[in-house]
Amino acid sequence: MGLEMTALLAVQDLHVSYRSRGGIAFQALTGVSFQLMPGEILGVLGESGSGKSTLAASLLRLLPEHGQITKGSVLFEGKDILQAGSVELQGIRGSRISLIFQEPSLALHPTMRAGEQVRQVLAAHESLPKRVLKEKTRQVLATVFPEEEGRISHSYPHQLSGGQRQRVLIAQSIACGPSLIIADEPTASLDPTTQMEILGVFQSLREKLDLAMIFITHNPALLAGFADRVLVLYGGRIVEVGAAATVLASPQHPYTKALFRSVPRPLERPRNGEKVKLPAIPGDSLPSSLPSEGCPFEPRCADRMDLCRKREPELIRIGGTQAVSCFKFES
Amino acid sequence: MQPLLNVENLVKRYDGKRLVALQDELSALDGVSFSLFPATTLAVVGESGSGKSTLALCLACLEPPTAGCIWLEGKNLVALGEAERRKVRPQIQLIFQDPANSLNPRWNVLEILTEPLRLQGKFNSEGIERRASCLLEQVGLSMHIATRSPAELSGGQRQRLAIARALAPGPKLLILDEALSALDCSVQAQIANLLMELQTSLGMTYLFITHDLAMGVHIADEIAVMHQGRIVELGPAEKIVTSPHHEMTRQLLAATPSIAQATRLAREP
Repeated sequence: MGLEMTALLAVQDLHVSYRSRGGIAFQALTGVSFQLMPGEILGVLGESGSGKSTLAASLLRLLPEHGQITKGSVLFEGKDILQAGSVELQGIRGSRISLIFQEPSLALHPTMRAGEQVRQVLAAHESLPKRVLKEKTRQVLATVFPEEEGRISHSYPHQLSGGQRQRVLIAQSIACGPSLIIADEPTASLDPTTQMEILGVFQSLREKLDLAMIFITHNPALLAGFADRVLVLYGGRIVEVGAAATVLASPQHPYTKALFRSVPRPLERPRNGEKVKLPAIPGDSLPSSLPSEGCPFEPRCADRMDLCRKREPELIRIGGTQAVSCFKFES
Repeated sequence: MQPLLNVENLVKRYDGKRLVALQDELSALDGVSFSLFPATTLAVVGESGSGKSTLALCLACLEPPTAGCIWLEGKNLVALGEAERRKVRPQIQLIFQDPANSLNPRWNVLEILTEPLRLQGKFNSEGIERRASCLLEQVGLSMHIATRSPAELSGGQRQRLAIARALAPGPKLLILDEALSALDCSVQAQIANLLMELQTSLGMTYLFITHDLAMGVHIADEIAVMHQGRIVELGPAEKIVTSPHHEMTRQLLAATPSIAQATRLAREP
């Protein structure tokens, strides 16, 4: 018998709903289950309203007041985060699991030097002598700025570029040696060359520190060559999941297929200068346009059948790693 | 055919003392020249800080250039007096990245749309209403949403509204500064298609500023690659991808993530 790896994170049947002012509940996540292995990069792909940011917040129990986890479990390193007490939770947040947001200029304190901002994260979680704290801060910053740690440490956020600010956030997130980083659109505000640079930083951290990562994005192209596995969310449900290479190269769910088709492919442009339209998905994915019954993608789906309006498809395994929730694959 | 817009040797320098910069002077635009023909699209691509947005501000007469000429149908916008420029301004409209920030949150859709129509002073109240409903239809929105506030619209609907408002004064040139960048992929495709439709039906001319080279190549006839305030490469969109000349263009191409590449990678294990 081979060694069986235990999952770092196991999310089981997660349901999250939001109450509006009128008291009406809106189901943001429905029956989301997945596992994450140590050192694995999981790309969560979804558009506005898909529930991807709700997922990030739920895993650390950081939902806003009107949000509620109604069902499910989140096992992290053997502990159920949803059952953890507040002291235990503080020990996990920022220390074992870190969160990185989209806009680094909003996440950093504008009038505090970068080094100090990293030091404060360490000081908040570990009580260390001053000297040790200083040395550790230097080491952490040097991991993401091998050549210019000193200069960055003494800089204020406004003196840094977007990419450098994002690196400071990454330094904060790895300061306490977490085993999981959740990054919610961490590169969305950066230009493409900086975007690639930051993805490179994440990959090298994974190799050096064996970090697992949940990388949330709306851009499928970013996950190519970066994520190990891809999980596609639509209307708060997993519609497709599998090895990144497989899902990106041969998507099976009608939504994933349509989404990938709507992304421009510059190399396939006709040579005669003619411009062609993109095959866009009609309609939108706003909560108000989701059907109350059946498959959430049914109103926009090109392959819809009568059955799709009656009940919801379950996630069906269709290959070694790939699973799809669509009646086309039900036998 | 005469170009709609002719930019000659445009220079914009910012005084370093007023910035928190290390140098005395910052050249945001350093001798930019290009022509833009009616009913065509020029995509301006480049990294942050390459001068793309400064170019947009200068063309829209929101920043005075330090030197150079901007010819719009034979008139040099830089040399015009304020009264003359006021008459020309409606012909160039600007659309920004985030419609949530560029639309008045306290107004409803109809108020946002009718303001530029009222300012023109060309229509009576009935005419304004008719024109507003026609504009909404042109961008794929219906009068049903007329009383909603921007916060009650989706990102795509908001950007459609921003386009409708930009069309209201009857412009000849639309400058789109990262107008698709904040949207979801599937919504980007919808809005890109809308822009192409409007180009066909209204003969609209676009200056499409973006850091997304893939979308730039898709939507534009010509691409201008900017680097440190200069245009370092300018040519037909399909040529830029197949035979890039400048190092910056090659870097941007290399950094453009694509699903097509992923497909190839997966097929070649």
